[in-house]
Amino acid sequence: MNKDEYQKLVKKHEPKENKFENIIYAFFIGGLVGFIAEGLVVLLMNAFLLSRTEAGAWTCLIIIFASSLFTALGFFDNWMSKSKAGLLIPTTGFAHSVTSSALDYKKEGLITGLGSNFFKLAGSVILYGILSAFILVIVKVIIGG
Amino acid sequence: MNFIWAFLIAGLFCALGQIILDNTKLTPGHVTSIFTVLGSILAFFGVYEKLIDLAGAGATTIIANFGYMLYIGALEGFEDMGVLGIFAGMLTNSSVAIVGSIVIASFMTLIFKPKD
Repeated sequence: MNKDEYQKLVKKHEPKENKFENIIYAFFIGGLVGFIAEGLVVLLMNAFLLSRTEAGAWTCLIIIFASSLFTALGFFDNWMSKSKAGLLIPTTGFAHSVTSSALDYKKEGLITGLGSNFFKLAGSVILYGILSAFILVIVKVIIGG
Repeated sequence: MNFIWAFLIAGLFCALGQIILDNTKLTPGHVTSIFTVLGSILAFFGVYEKLIDLAGAGATTIIANFGYMLYIGALEGFEDMGVLGIFAGMLTNSSVAIVGSIVIASFMTLIFKPKD
């Protein structure tokens, strides 16, 4: 069997993922997260007479707490893979990556394990977020005079 | 009406993320970073603010909101105290998310043991 035939064989037996189905899944789960978050904001605003900004910040904390707890309890990994990008793109994905890397590297020690791996996945979000915001603000300032 | 937009906008961002994941070799780490950068780019063009007005938490729960908050924080900092403000103000708005995830994740790690 030559290389091409082998590649064909591999392709034939690869599990076929229905791309359209994945997108629908991501859309509905992600939409649901946004919907629940908006519900929480409205609830907090009315129950504790908070401003929209304050209620939004508390909602952010609640979402981080929930996804962190569910990750620690062990069933969030399963949800993450089932929901496709639906839980990855909201804040839930960020909290999940921090908690799961913290849990995974805990046994390797407080500094070399937990400390240095805490932002293993979320670090690039912070790094590139700050870099892009920095560059764009400089551009804005130069254009805006 | 706000709720419908919250659902639609959050859903659309996630669907876009899934399209990128399915059709390229990029990992979830790439996609979240791309969305953060996308957030600050949309903030630069003044689009993200409109999305938040429209969809409320539907736009603020998305990781792109992190990029938006960084951009807005830095810009407000600049307006307050010039160039130093870009450095000083960048993280003001996103402090809740960063400190929140550090504290909460640390406590969870303290309490729980990793599964398998």
